[in-house]
Amino acid sequence: MDEKDRLLLTLLDQNSRLPASELAELTDLDEPDVKDRIRRMEEAGIIQQYTAVINWEKAGDGEVSAIIELKVSPERDFGYDKVAERIGRFKQVRSLRLVSGVYDLELLVTGKNIHEVARFVAEQIAPMDHIRETATVLIMKTYKENGHIFYEREEVERLPLSI
Amino acid sequence: MKPFISRVAHDIPPSGIRKFFDLVQDMEDVISLGVGEPDFATPWNICEAAIYSIEKGVTSYTSNKGMPALLQEIARYLEERFALRYNPEREIVATSGVSEALDIAIRTVVDPGDEVIITEPAFVAYAPCVRLAGGTPVPVECRVDNDFRLTADSLAECVTDRTKAVVVNFPNNPTGGVMGRADYAALADVITDHDLVLISDEVYAELTYEGSHTAAATVGDLWERTITLNGFSKAYAMTGWRLGYLCAPDEICQAALKIHQYVMMCAPVMGQVAAREALRHGDRERDEMVTEYKMRRNLFIRGLNRIGLPCHMPKGAFYAFPSVAPTGLSDQEFAERLLTEQQVAVVPGSVFGASGTGHIRCSYATSRENLQTALSRMEAFLADLSP
Repeated sequence: MDEKDRLLLTLLDQNSRLPASELAELTDLDEPDVKDRIRRMEEAGIIQQYTAVINWEKAGDGEVSAIIELKVSPERDFGYDKVAERIGRFKQVRSLRLVSGVYDLELLVTGKNIHEVARFVAEQIAPMDHIRETATVLIMKTYKENGHIFYEREEVERLPLSI
Repeated sequence: MKPFISRVAHDIPPSGIRKFFDLVQDMEDVISLGVGEPDFATPWNICEAAIYSIEKGVTSYTSNKGMPALLQEIARYLEERFALRYNPEREIVATSGVSEALDIAIRTVVDPGDEVIITEPAFVAYAPCVRLAGGTPVPVECRVDNDFRLTADSLAECVTDRTKAVVVNFPNNPTGGVMGRADYAALADVITDHDLVLISDEVYAELTYEGSHTAAATVGDLWERTITLNGFSKAYAMTGWRLGYLCAPDEICQAALKIHQYVMMCAPVMGQVAAREALRHGDRERDEMVTEYKMRRNLFIRGLNRIGLPCHMPKGAFYAFPSVAPTGLSDQEFAERLLTEQQVAVVPGSVFGASGTGHIRCSYATSRENLQTALSRMEAFLADLSP
């Protein structure tokens, strides 16, 4: 990993559809070199997936998301890893993190409606061993996702020419 | 009847882009590469700090030289960043943009009849500011085959008994040229031997893409005769805040402060608050913007050379300065026709002095999409020229 690799990651994080030719121009590398670097970072698991940032509210299909916070009793030898790996297998869990503070694990869960999410938490997550407490935080509106602002902003005009 | 307008005001030429400005105003779908300012909005933490201070009622004059808290931050920043040492109590003045700093620097050192050497191609304000002070601007050419740097020989050729000062601007608007330590060291003897003042406009210092910026005053013994000008517009995307600063040894700085207190009173307080926040917490966003400019530069310069406009690789600022010689058009014709035929606005190089002739200035402080579209349009324009 060098400065150019990091630059490639930053660019792909902003827009994973940038073609290799443009990545090469921006980073002042040859196109084959760019492809090689990306392939190596894919193989190393640094680049996991190329995805889109989607404003689902605008798409209007009515899915709901919730942040689920869990208090977990850590296991000897494993800490939180084993429980986290079990939880992570559920399709409904979009992201999963160990966090500091009052709670230990933080999940992002999506479902067709609030009942589905509630049922998932109550029937699948809460009864698991080592889970001591859950809190469900329903997401009402997304303003910003992965660096992309979802609300409308007015364009500011600059002078067309200045010295 | 006596004319209302003074001779000096009358004789100052109007800005060379006025004509293009009028043309662009009436056109649609123009991609402008003619802008000398960042396309980013000021980072939000800086805006927040200013908004908060306005809400608290911080809306009054400050001391003439600027808020002590800001001057201390400037001194710390200059030392940490460029090993440049100035005493915040005696040697720094906060100004209304570098424009004001430039004006008072020149008025501080120039008497009527003095000559001031100006590196060319040059930002358009230097020569008029010298004229307003009663001085005579003397251009010295920085050539493309020397990466637009100033050499001791060309400087020495311009020096006369009446030469008082030299104005340099690196990284340079419009060429993107930079000067390293060795480049300045080579000039130092000429400047010292003729007892000249060096006025160094370093507003693009942070926009240095290869290696690190050399502050002129840190080279040899130049500090004692250098006035360093810098500001927040370019590095922190703060053009509208009008905040710059002048740094010089005590005696020079105190003289400049006298002029500043009579013509400006003090720099705008909101800008001073914002600038302080920029220096305290602005590094990360500043560096991200610089990285983005650097990537755009890589993309755009490759593109220019590919479509047949030879362009040296600028090492600083956010301007490309390609030659239009292969087209057979003058820079004025090229810029005018490119605008009317393909709706791309650039600035003819001759606006920046005779030595800019045959070049155009393209600012890459615009989105990558705009740069790509501009390149395709320029390519189409060149294809139409040579069927």
